[in-house]
Order: sequence, then C-alpha cells, then structure tokens
Amino acid sequence: MPPDADIADYLQDAVAGAAARGGALCISGSGSKAFLAAGHATGPQAAGGQLLSTTEHTGIIDYRPEELVLTARAGTSLAHIEATLGAAGQRLPFEPPRFRGGGTLGGAVACGLSGPGRPWFGALRDAVLGVELINGLGERLRFGGQVMKNVAGYDLARLQAGAFGTLGLLLSVSLKVLPRPQSERTLVFELDPATAVARCRAWARQPYPLTGACHADGVLRVRLAGAPAAVDEAAAALGGDGAAAPGYWDALRDHALDWFRSGGCLWRLSVPPAADPAGMDCLINWAGAERWWSAPSGDDATARMLTRVAQAGGHARRFDATYGIQQPTGPAATYVRRLKAAFDPARVLNPHLSPADAY
Amino acid sequence: MQQVEIGAAERQRVTARLADVLPVGALLTEPRALKPYESDGLTAIREVPWLVALPESESQVRAVLAICREHGVPVVPRGAGTGLSGGARPRADGVLLGLARMNRILEIDLDNCVARVEPGVRNLAISQAAGEHGLYYAPDPSSQIACSIGGNVAENAGGVHCLKYGLTVHNVVGLRVLTIEGETLELGGKGLDAPGYDLLALMTGSEGMLGVVTEVTVRLLPVPPEKRVVLAAFGEVAAAAAAVGAIIAEGLIPAGLEMMDRLAIQAAEAFVQAGYPRGAAAILLCELDGVGAEVDAALAQVRRILIGQGAFSIRVAVDAAEQAKLWLGRKAAFPAVGRLAPDYYCMDGTIPRARLAEVLAHITALEAEFGLAVANVFHAGDGNLHPLILYDANRPGELERAEAMGARILAQCVAVGGTVTGEHGVGLEKLDSMCGQFSPAELDQMHRVKHAFDPAGLLNPGKAVPTLVRCAELGGMHVHGGVLPFANLPRF
Ligand SMILES: Cc1cc2nc3c(=O)[nH]c(=O)nc-3n(C[C@H](O)[C@H](O)[C@H](O)COP(=O)(O)OP(=O)(O)OC[C@H]3O[C@@H](n4cnc5c(N)ncnc54)[C@H](O)[C@@H]3O)c2cc1C
Repeated sequence: MPPDADIADYLQDAVAGAAARGGALCISGSGSKAFLAAGHATGPQAAGGQLLSTTEHTGIIDYRPEELVLTARAGTSLAHIEATLGAAGQRLPFEPPRFRGGGTLGGAVACGLSGPGRPWFGALRDAVLGVELINGLGERLRFGGQVMKNVAGYDLARLQAGAFGTLGLLLSVSLKVLPRPQSERTLVFELDPATAVARCRAWARQPYPLTGACHADGVLRVRLAGAPAAVDEAAAALGGDGAAAPGYWDALRDHALDWFRSGGCLWRLSVPPAADPAGMDCLINWAGAERWWSAPSGDDATARMLTRVAQAGGHARRFDATYGIQQPTGPAATYVRRLKAAFDPARVLNPHLSPADAY
Repeated sequence: MQQVEIGAAERQRVTARLADVLPVGALLTEPRALKPYESDGLTAIREVPWLVALPESESQVRAVLAICREHGVPVVPRGAGTGLSGGARPRADGVLLGLARMNRILEIDLDNCVARVEPGVRNLAISQAAGEHGLYYAPDPSSQIACSIGGNVAENAGGVHCLKYGLTVHNVVGLRVLTIEGETLELGGKGLDAPGYDLLALMTGSEGMLGVVTEVTVRLLPVPPEKRVVLAAFGEVAAAAAAVGAIIAEGLIPAGLEMMDRLAIQAAEAFVQAGYPRGAAAILLCELDGVGAEVDAALAQVRRILIGQGAFSIRVAVDAAEQAKLWLGRKAAFPAVGRLAPDYYCMDGTIPRARLAEVLAHITALEAEFGLAVANVFHAGDGNLHPLILYDANRPGELERAEAMGARILAQCVAVGGTVTGEHGVGLEKLDSMCGQFSPAELDQMHRVKHAFDPAGLLNPGKAVPTLVRCAELGGMHVHGGVLPFANLPRF
C-alpha cells in the first residue's frame, strides 16, 4: 500500500490546463476495469488525449466505525479499504468486483458495478453519501456529505456512480458502510433455470435473510447471512442439496468462476427479476435481476436475445471495451448530452466515453 | 425569478386553453377555490396561485405543461401539500399543478415485488394495498397517511425506519417523468438498474425542478415477522446520545432509533399518555425487527448497552398494543408540541451521530440567547435532528426571531460536518442556509443542471438552489454569526 498522498492540486492543474489548451484527458485508476473503458475504436490516445492517473491520490481521510461512514481518496485501493473495514468488523455493502484482484475506490464508483448482494444491501450508488470532484472547468466541488440523510440541493454525488468519469474526476468519496454479518452460509439446490427463478421470487416475498442467489449450470446457490439464529432457522426452512465451496461469492463477484471463461462475447442483462429464463442460457444472479450471457458467434442469436430482453422490459450491454460509453437512446438522450455539457462543456474528461455533444 | 406580468388578454387565452384540456372541475380559477393551495405544510410562506390545474392523467399533465411552456407561464408541481420547506408554494403568476387526483395504484407485481403507482397515491396506501400479500413499502414519513409518493420522490423523503431500510431513493426502481419541454423520460423499470447516467437518482430529491413525476415503481419488501420496541429513559441528554452511538458501534442496525427530549416528552404525555417517564431528560425508542430468535438476541444486546450507558428505566413492550402505544407518543409528537405554543417552526438538519450531544447543547444555549423554547424529537439513528422552535406569530418579531434561530441551528449542523436538510428539502425556506453549505461554484453547477432540464426556467423556479446574487448579498450573515444583516428586506 503506498503511503497516503494528496495530489488534488496536481490533478486540478492537469484538468484546468487541459481545459485551457482545449485538450482531453483519459482518467484512470489501477486499470483493473480498463477493459470496460477503452471506448470508441478511435480511442483517447488516438484523439490526442492524455492519460491522467489517480492512483497516487490515496489514503483514508476519515473513518469512524460507529458512524458507519468511510471517506477515502479516489486512488485508494479497494483491498486496503476492505481490509481497514474488516479490522473493525465492517464491510462495503455493495461488494465491488475486484477484477484481477485490483481496483481503486474512484474506479469502482466511476464504473458503478455492484456485487452479488445488491438486491439486499443496495447498489454502489446507494452507498454513496458524498463526493469531491473536479469538473471539466477545473473547479473543485463537493456534493452530498458524510451523513446518512442529506437532501440539500440536487444529488450530484450519486450521479457520479456509473458515469465513468465523464462528469467529473473523482477526488474522494464518502460511503455508507455496514457491520459484517455475524454468520453466513451457502445452500445449494440442483434446479433448472425456470424453477430456480420461481423459487427466488417466492423467497423474495418471505422474510428470509437472503444476501445472494445465483444460478448457473443447473445449480442454484443461495447465501444466507445475519444473526446465527436467523441463518439456522432459514437454512432449516429452505433445505437444499448441500453446501457450496468457500469463496464462491467472491469468485462470482470478480468473474473468476469457470463460467466466465467460456470465451464468447460477454453480455450483462439487467431485467425484471421474474423474467422468464427459459432458453436464455444465462448465469442468473441477483435472484433473477442480473443475468450474464456468453453470446455464441453469429448475429442472429444476439439479435434474438436483445429482442427478448427488450420485451421483458430490461436492458442489455456488451461487457467489453464499449461498456463504459454513455450512449443514451430515446428522449433521455437530449438530457444526458446536456448534463455532460453542464459538467464539462469543453469535453475534457473522458471524451472517448462521453455522450455526443449537446445542442 | 422575477414575477412575470401577464396581460388580461393573455390570461384569458391561457385559462381557456387549459380548461380545454382538463376535465370539468379540474381547473380552479376562483379566489375561494385557490386559497387552500396558497402554501404547503410550511404555512408561514404563502402566495395564492393564479390558477390551479388538477389533471387526472399523464396526457393531461403533458397538455398543461405544453400550454404553460408556450405561454411562458411558471408551473409549480404539488402532491399532497405536506412539504415543510415551501417547495410547493405557488406563484401568483403561475399554475399550480396538483397531482393528487392521479391516485391509482396501477399494478402490484408480486413476482417482481414491485408496485407501479400514479404520483398522487398516498404513501400509506401502497403498504395497505401490498399488505394482503405480506409486503409493504418501507419508507414511512410521519406524514404517510397524507403525503403522496410523487412528493416523496421529489423530496427523497425519509421516515422512522430509514436507518435500516433506506430513503425513498433506495426504494424506488422506476419513474416516468415529463420534462417541461414535453419529453417523457422512462427511468429505470422493474429491474435494478439501467445503463447510462443515473437520472433516477438525480430526479429523486430534485424538488419538482427537473421534471414532473407521473408514475413511480417502488420496491416492496416482506413484512418482518417479529418486532420488539424498547423505551429507555435517561437523566442526561448526553447519555442518551452516547447510547445511540454505542448501539450502532456494536454492529446493530435497529429498524428505528428515535430520541425525544424533556419538552417533547412532556408534550407527548400531556397529549396522548403514552406512558413515557416524565422525569426523563431524554428517551430513546428503539425498534428491532426480524425473525424471532434474531430479535430476541438483539434485544438482549440493546438492553445491556442501554444499562451500560446509564438508562434509569427500560421498558420492553409486551405486545403489539403496547408497542403501538409507545410509538404513539413519538408519532404524535409534532401535534403534541403544537399545543404548547401558538406556532412552531420545524428544523431538519443532519449531523454525524458522534456530534449529537454537542449540537443539542448548542441548541440549549441558543434557547437562552433567543428567548425561545425548543422541543427536540428526531431520527437519532440517522443523526437527523428536528428541533421544533416554539413561537407566537402574533407577537411582533417572534417569527423573525424563530427563523434567525433556525438559521443558526442549521449553520451549526454544517459546521460539524452535517447538512441543512436531511429530508424536508430546501424549498424556499432554506435558500439562505444553502449559501453557507455550498460554494458559489457548487451552486453554479447545480444551476447548470437545472438549465439542462429546464432551459427556460419555468418548472418550480426559484426553489432549492439560491442564486449567487442572493448568497453574495447574504455574505455578512455567516461572518456575523447568523444575525440577519437586512432583516427588513423581503427574503423570498
Ligand atoms: C406532520 C408532518 C410530518 C412529516 N414527517 C416527515 C418525515 O418523517 N419524513 C419526511 O421526509 N418528511 C416528512 N414531512 C414532510 C413531507 O410530508 C414530505 O416532504 C413529503 O414527501 C411531501 O409530500 P407531498 O405529497 O405532500 O408533497 P408536496 O408538499 O405537495 O410537494 C413537495 C415538493 O415536491 C414537489 N412535487 C410534488 N409532487 C410532485 C410530482 N409528482 N412531480 C414532481 N414534483 C413534485 C413539489 O413541487 C414540492 O417541491 C412531514 C410533514 C408533516 C406535515
């Protein structure tokens, strides 16, 4: 872990300088999710953009376990943050993926990805309480704060989650954290996808302490967590065909399961959780709401899948270099473009991922 | 925004066009009919609207917005009018767009555990409709029998159970929103996320300034099978505050953790006889929920903490009736305090929990300085304070004194790292306090966001984000410790 360092002034100069020259910046953290953010084939470098790394802007600025809030600089590694929380018996509720073990706080927030517990503990954006950022004008701005409830002004802090750095360079983030559950257990059920989804939906209407539900290759794994008594009671009620290997949920979170090594083009589907899975051939996470699909080659299968997802009222994104591109469609596109212009009129910040120009 | 002068002929044209697109009886024009709409729950700030439109469908809302846009008429959205910051205060030159008649529950989708409702549906009505399936909508503002889900979204409303179950923003998965330019935005849906900028989060808490919410999809949760309610009484406010921190520090997340101080306890006892110990300087109400074995274990832990922190009396409700009775005092606290004085002014700052005792002591000092009493009832677990400043509007200068004292309390909340509003919103009320919390560049960024959605500035103009000019004129306020420099100037 590098020592704590505050390079906000340097980062601000870099953004202000680029804005003054009419230049472009390509913001990066540790690079663990760069495979989602290369953007258009022309790329930032091709367009003359400069790399600007936040990895040296590090350190936990404030952490008081009894407040359930942690504030850290954007370049702080997720591993360091989670180790610090773990030492106090706490955790990040949204379980950010650590692809290839890496990841910084800023990168996690910019990408906005949440792990297996999302339906129960909330998404990354739900845990964001406040941010400090540099907008495209080179101004340092703070939105939100370090308290649980805050409705002063527009929520421009949560808006940064998943914006891939196109609205601001994140300097620091305050997050809501949670106590680690006292006990955890994973149950295994051998079921076909349709039955698995039906079970998950029925369980969602019951007060079981579920914190994970994922089906792949004919096996549904269910994570229970909470007070030991509650976990025991639920395990007895739910039954099951065995227990899962330890580390399953982390491997799922980090896409380290064999399932993710099939080699096809990976798609992420976000659908109403009860959407009929028959014939979809997906890994079904989040009790149905998040699905991963490895597309066979050929355009037909992809076109059919996209139609199905749209009919189900969901969305599909390719989980590759294009994932980070903010490509709005429909009536929202106008507002998305104008929002970009409101934060970064000269298109200094990650132009290769940004929505097209407004007006 | 300056008031717009509208000529008589133009007025007639607009009125006629609106009447054309609305059902009979859905356009109010007569002074007597308009009067009830002159304020929201913050009755100190009033203005009778020019017109009130009460559409019954999204297409009627769209038509009203189109006419107002064409004629440059400001539009103020309103749900149930229970807001406490003047966010729904109308304008004499504008149309008040009341959404209360759009009150249908469109769908309870049990497979996806969501409800799709129109914006005028009352918060509690959702849980009542879901209740027969063992489900409910978690955010429960104290005003839940009256306030609308559209208003909840606009304010990002909280409630007693938000410590464990989150605010409105955590429990809404989809919105339909009409922009003033006539676009229909479908944000989110029945799934858990959508690609691109999180406009759903941005819209939540935007106080009706970025768009009009015409449909809301909320997440439904299973009703917890068991709950326990504990009442603990303390001889010192500081000890009660420390107990709040200790409970959280031990890894417990109660469903609710509320605090009331001496004056609030006395008021509640006099009003509803909840059985609170009258000698207490502060009480904590703690609700634990979950399955049986779990709540009993948590209850034992909480009891031990409360004793350790010096509670002189601990009472665990034995049955649902007693639980309801203990909660009754808290839920009736606002009207109870309302009986102590002709008027009260409800504040809404949030602070880090660790600063509770210090900020409450500061408020006590301000009571002496301003000569006004304060009753405190609040969401202690979230650090969300609701000091109720008692005053008498009929006594010259008292309202102004109450407002000045309120501004000082909010400034203190900001000074300890908190915020000027936890759940009631900025509206018109806290515009000045916003100047102390945000820099000019930050406010300007917010104005640019507003401009992105409403370039003409017609949707609820002048609310939530103060102009830089206003803040500059107010500059002296914070330097001089909150004494309003130009108290006689119009403030809104
Ligand atoms: C006794 C009492 C107790 C309260 N307790 C709580 C509490 O515990 N927690 C809490 O958070 N609040 C509380 N409140 C405040 C208030 O009830 C909430 O702010 C509520 O969310 C307002 O809903 P409403 O329908 O009354 O909205 P209104 O007051 O009508 O409007 C509020 C704001 O929302 C906008 N708006 C309304 N509907 C729409 C729409 N469809 N589209 C776009 N904008 C819209 C308005 O323009 C305005 O800015 C309390 C109020 C009272 C009087």
